[in-house]
Amino acid sequence: MALTEYRYSDVIHRCFRCGYCKFPTSFIEVNNCPAYARYRLESYSTGGRLWLIRAWLNDELDWSEHLGEIVYSCAACKNCAEQCPLPFSDDIVDMIVAAKGAMVERGSVPSAVKEFLENVDRQGNPYGTARSKRGEWMEGTGIQEYDGQEFLYYVGCVGSYDTRAQQVARALGRVLQKGGVSFGVLGDRENCDGNDVGKLGEEGLFEALAEENIRQFKDLGVSKIVTLSPHAFNAIKNDYPRLDGTFEVRHYSQLLRDLVRAGKLDVSSGFKAKVTYHDPCFLGRWNAEYEAPRDVLRAVPGVELVEMERHRADALCCGGGGGNFYTDFLGGSEDSPSRIRVRDACATGASIVATACPNCLTMLEDAVKAEGLDDRLKVMDISEIVGEACQARGS
Amino acid sequence: MDSICQSLAEIVGEGHVSNRPEELYIYSRDLGTAEPHLPRYVVAPRTTEEVQQVVKLANREKIPVVPLGGGLTLAGLVMPLRGGIVLDMKRMDSILEVNERARYALVEAGVSQGKLVAYLNTHHPTLVHSEPGAPGQATVAGNVAIHGQGDLAQPYGFNSDMVNGLEVVLPTGEVCRIGSCSLAQQWFTQHPLPDLGLFLGWCGTTGVITKVSLRLFPRKRIRDMGMFVLEDGDLVPDILYRISHTEMAGDLIAWSQELPVTVSGLHNISIFISGDSEEELELKRKLIRVGILGEYIHSGVGGLVGLSANVRPRLPRRPPVSTIQDIKKGGGFEYVGAIMPVDTYPECCRRGAEISARHNIAYTLLGRVIGRSHAMMFSWSYVFNRADEDSVREAREALYESDDLALELGGIPWKPGVYGQQAVMERMDPNTLSLMKKVKKLLDPNGIMNPGNWEVS
Repeated sequence: MALTEYRYSDVIHRCFRCGYCKFPTSFIEVNNCPAYARYRLESYSTGGRLWLIRAWLNDELDWSEHLGEIVYSCAACKNCAEQCPLPFSDDIVDMIVAAKGAMVERGSVPSAVKEFLENVDRQGNPYGTARSKRGEWMEGTGIQEYDGQEFLYYVGCVGSYDTRAQQVARALGRVLQKGGVSFGVLGDRENCDGNDVGKLGEEGLFEALAEENIRQFKDLGVSKIVTLSPHAFNAIKNDYPRLDGTFEVRHYSQLLRDLVRAGKLDVSSGFKAKVTYHDPCFLGRWNAEYEAPRDVLRAVPGVELVEMERHRADALCCGGGGGNFYTDFLGGSEDSPSRIRVRDACATGASIVATACPNCLTMLEDAVKAEGLDDRLKVMDISEIVGEACQARGS
Repeated sequence: MDSICQSLAEIVGEGHVSNRPEELYIYSRDLGTAEPHLPRYVVAPRTTEEVQQVVKLANREKIPVVPLGGGLTLAGLVMPLRGGIVLDMKRMDSILEVNERARYALVEAGVSQGKLVAYLNTHHPTLVHSEPGAPGQATVAGNVAIHGQGDLAQPYGFNSDMVNGLEVVLPTGEVCRIGSCSLAQQWFTQHPLPDLGLFLGWCGTTGVITKVSLRLFPRKRIRDMGMFVLEDGDLVPDILYRISHTEMAGDLIAWSQELPVTVSGLHNISIFISGDSEEELELKRKLIRVGILGEYIHSGVGGLVGLSANVRPRLPRRPPVSTIQDIKKGGGFEYVGAIMPVDTYPECCRRGAEISARHNIAYTLLGRVIGRSHAMMFSWSYVFNRADEDSVREAREALYESDDLALELGGIPWKPGVYGQQAVMERMDPNTLSLMKKVKKLLDPNGIMNPGNWEVS
């Protein structure tokens, strides 16, 4: 793809590299872009990345594995879009995704990205684990396969395969059962939602996944979906409709808030702890849902909710978005955003950092170990805290 | 990885040095109109000791070193004109001390203006520094290295006049402290020691600033602003002089711009005031509104918006530098700032509008008062389309003409690019020039520091 064929050829040169995209609104730290936080070189800032993309499309720079890593280190967290003062701010992440698309089109992507995409293509998940194992997480839970219940509980790849996230998938299942929600899951029939595939620029594979999911949902008569992952929530809410897949989709934190408010979920057993909440990007900045998770936490007796200095639209991404939870371009350093984030959490004095995303959960949990904070800070999903509060315990 | 790169990696860690094409590309380019120049290495140190080791290596190998802060001078001052090492200082971003009673902040060289503002807001809400109004990633050290000014320029002068002390790495590798910090761990004053101001305004050509102690000032609880609008620019110097005489104003800025057309041809004087109480604020308003501006208003030469308890214009959160630069939808913006006598404001505007017209760029002109009308920083700004070579060339030519105009009117281009530096040095007293050359040679015998800038032939 030449620059002239690039969808944003008339916009990409307009980035001035003023650097607002590196900060939160308060300007308190220059490292609110996770890739810039990790590397602290201008090439990894959003502006630097846009200038490099333009240079590559303009044949001023050759593609290299390093260029690929710079472009793919963007976690699609949207901090740049939130902070950029210019009129094209809403297009910034799409400019980067389109560049990733150009790399996919040329067959030039970093090896970890290639592996991610091939695994999804073959097995429906980035780990490359067999499709037939996708439903193993639900064994012994009593959770039913979807068969016309009110809600389809869509778990997603991380909740289905990652050992720690599987615990969260089960915890949410138990909470939904406790709340009397009519729901079922797809088990081995579930496929990747495609959100991160799309953000990696593989639009063709994304559409194939989405269309397959939409077809299956329709065939099963699904009209309401509750997702464990904000990533799936984002894809189904914002991308599936353009492929003729319109469903009433909710992130689980929104459903739990309604259940608690309606008195259908008794959380009176409480959960005594000082808790800080980490906003997942695909729930917060992508879908402006900052309150539902907090409302749920505030409703639990004993929870003392404290905020990190950077929160809501200013939250620092854990670095797991845009496929980085697997490709890991942002890991391996004390400057990795997930490690900065758990240090931020620790600074609040909280003993629990809660989140509402299996990707964030696994990223933050690894970071707590790397920082040696195991004895001071525990990472929990909100569904686990609610599970404790409503005595929906299990493994 | 070559041997120099390997040595640099041993100093700062492998992840913080690069000689790969992608980093070299990005660090070869300025945000303004300057032509790119490729460095050989990009290095991002975290400590003074790392800077010291890098500089010692560079001096031994005679490799140029270009210290980089926020990279927002727009004049190409942090371009590696002779290649070598670009030293990205932004990892050195700790605020080391804020002394409330002595009113100063000690910061590492990479601390951004945005971070210092935010930190003071949160932890020391009674203190403020003179904030230059550039995008937040501009650094405190970069600003004093170029004799920057901020929003307290009218009452207190240049930001480089607010420096209490410096830590610098000399081109030969010694770490040197300037001011009271050279005697003890106190960073409260530069005086009364013999003047060693050899690093302010030198744009990184005499050493690498690694720490700065910057004066802070009382932050008043309430702010207000007013804008006096008039057609006759010839009256502006007199009005600025009289307002500054009241000693009631904070930032004082006269400006005129072609777009939007509703303001074209007008001159605007933005007057910022602050106070700890409504009574204090009202006293200041009255002294300026009634005592000074009333006469002009009654004679019908202009009108005032704001500076009234009943009308509170919305104070700008940050000057929208980045939105101004996108007027041409081209991502390019550069200005010549010059330190000018305030009396030259009308001529600066008239001639500036002519330069803009010649190059088909809407004029944007601004004069910020420094000191009690001792001077002003006057800026001629030009937007351009980065994707259009002709547009870049037009802006570059307009900038050169503005450098020449500033000198012709008796001013001095501020943080000029190479063209402006040469124009200044051509007009400079030979003995002054000779002294600059001696200082440079003494400090930097191998000429490694930011070569190509302020180079006396």
